Amino acid sequence: MKTFLLPLAVAAVGIYSLLPFLWFVLASWKSPAQLTAIPPVIVPEFHWGFYRSAIVNYGLLGYIENSAIVAAATTVVSIAIGALAAYALTRFHAAWLRWYLLVLLCVSMFPQIAVAGPVWRILDALGWLNRYPGIIVAYISFSLPLAIWILSTFFKELPYEIEEAALVDGCTRAQALRRIVLPLAAPGIFTAAILVFIYAWNEFFFALIILTSPPLQTLPVGIALFPGEYTIPWGELAAASAIATLPLIALTLLFQRRIVRGLSAGAVKG
Amino acid sequence: MASLTVQNISKSFGQAGVIKNLSFEVRDGEFCVLLGPSGCGKTTLLRIIAGLEEASGGTIVIGDRRVDTLAPRDRDLAFVFQTYALYPHLTVAENLAFTLEVRGAARAEIRRRVDETAKTLGLDGLLARKPRELSGGQRQRVAVGRAIIRHPKLFLFDEPLSNLDAALRGEMRVELARLHKRLGATILYVTHDQAEAMTLADKIIVLDRGAIQQTGAPAEIYHAPANLFVAGFVGSPRMNFAEGAVNGAGLFIGEDCRFDVSEMLPDNVKRGDTPLTIGIRPEDLTIAADGPAAIEGRVEIVEDLGSDKFVHVASAGRGWVARMAPEAPLKPGGAVRLRAADGKLHIFHSGRRIGR
Repeated sequence: MKTFLLPLAVAAVGIYSLLPFLWFVLASWKSPAQLTAIPPVIVPEFHWGFYRSAIVNYGLLGYIENSAIVAAATTVVSIAIGALAAYALTRFHAAWLRWYLLVLLCVSMFPQIAVAGPVWRILDALGWLNRYPGIIVAYISFSLPLAIWILSTFFKELPYEIEEAALVDGCTRAQALRRIVLPLAAPGIFTAAILVFIYAWNEFFFALIILTSPPLQTLPVGIALFPGEYTIPWGELAAASAIATLPLIALTLLFQRRIVRGLSAGAVKG
Repeated sequence: MASLTVQNISKSFGQAGVIKNLSFEVRDGEFCVLLGPSGCGKTTLLRIIAGLEEASGGTIVIGDRRVDTLAPRDRDLAFVFQTYALYPHLTVAENLAFTLEVRGAARAEIRRRVDETAKTLGLDGLLARKPRELSGGQRQRVAVGRAIIRHPKLFLFDEPLSNLDAALRGEMRVELARLHKRLGATILYVTHDQAEAMTLADKIIVLDRGAIQQTGAPAEIYHAPANLFVAGFVGSPRMNFAEGAVNGAGLFIGEDCRFDVSEMLPDNVKRGDTPLTIGIRPEDLTIAADGPAAIEGRVEIVEDLGSDKFVHVASAGRGWVARMAPEAPLKPGGAVRLRAADGKLHIFHSGRRIGR
């Protein structure tokens, strides 16, 4: 009974979550005739026309490039600063540090809409609207607290004695961080990086208000603006969405092994 | 190698003083053991010497260099952690080489030293393994190897054997003694295990509640404990104690025992009602065949270890333990008369050793 229920529940959740994804992937492979057929056709004829159209007629590659730049920059900066901050937060024991982490958590919970106005005005004053640094700075303000939280839980689990051994062995704190702590925290760093990247890659609202110039727009905004005044290009929308999802799936599968691998086994005892 | 001088070191966490104004010296090439119960501050002291913890005050000198203001890496010492603290993402060879590499040694020199160290510790076949692929004893060896590879001035060991099982612990103990003899290293070794302290040390420092209770050679600590704490902490089974007073004839009278201490008592101790504590080790209690007995009681339990018998004697007081030869004719329930071997009594007055 039990062995039967679990797979069933897993399958139910899986289908529930994947069905919309499956639907637009199938749609992207349909021919224009199949796409509007009533009753709907389930099995497509693997027609690649919508992909070509999305790339050629709608400039999909430009959006991908913008998204890649913005998401990569957000990830690199967030992880670099986040790792140092999380290291300090977990290694130095001042009384206010615990409060700092709590405040950080609160900050990361602000709804975007609440800060959208101020963020827009600040970026406007800086002349950073419609510029990469503007959107990247806005993203980092949300992703950095996330990164710090994830990384500090990982750093907390690393036995401090390993670091002390490195300090006695001849390392400065910076060397111990680079040669011992960071390699050991790699699973945490990959986890944080992938979550930040996904956040930045998917983000829509800030991108919409900060990047109003089409050549700078990111994938979510670009795709959302596919529909024209009189037409909704369903096929191109489906194809573009499928392409937008691919990097996330690839990244997750790629780093899953590293995330799962228990690197710190055998360090101390056990 | 070099000597270590610790002067007036104190450390407090919040209100509680963990270490109170400690001073001691470890001579060049000496194997010194800090012995004490858990929580006595011995590990904290070791960490202060290593620079992993800051003292509230005091000075530390290694060789002729004052090191207490230096970073751990500049103190030229090695630390062997209780948990080994190997680098889990590096192989055994890389673990050993790490300290040389960080300090910028030449590649050929590193390889030579790694090979030499691996040979010394029997790690030859394991150099390509990661720590998680090693047994507890092998990890222990790597931890020691990481310490000796650089030939530092001073070795600090923090309960290095406590994570090993009993058989392996005995083996590693002998190996450490051998290593010390070979390297002529200056070692400060922390343990709560008196067997380790007695067998390894040239000098033992007994620590309790952040203060030094006694410093001396193992035999000195064992045969002439300076106070009640040392007497009770060192030795297994524990020393027997009895409280009482000396009468005018120099006879110590306790609740369930009497010992003639007239020869041992210093002149300045008043005969009469001066309260005293008598201590006697289990192996110094013998059966009083027909002469006067110090203790009369009944055999409660006999623990037969094969090599010895621990005889627990119930009396009017809190009971006694005697260590006897395996052929001693004692059975539980039988009456027994005990006396102290000549000159083996320890006398304490307000907790401190007096006499002899």
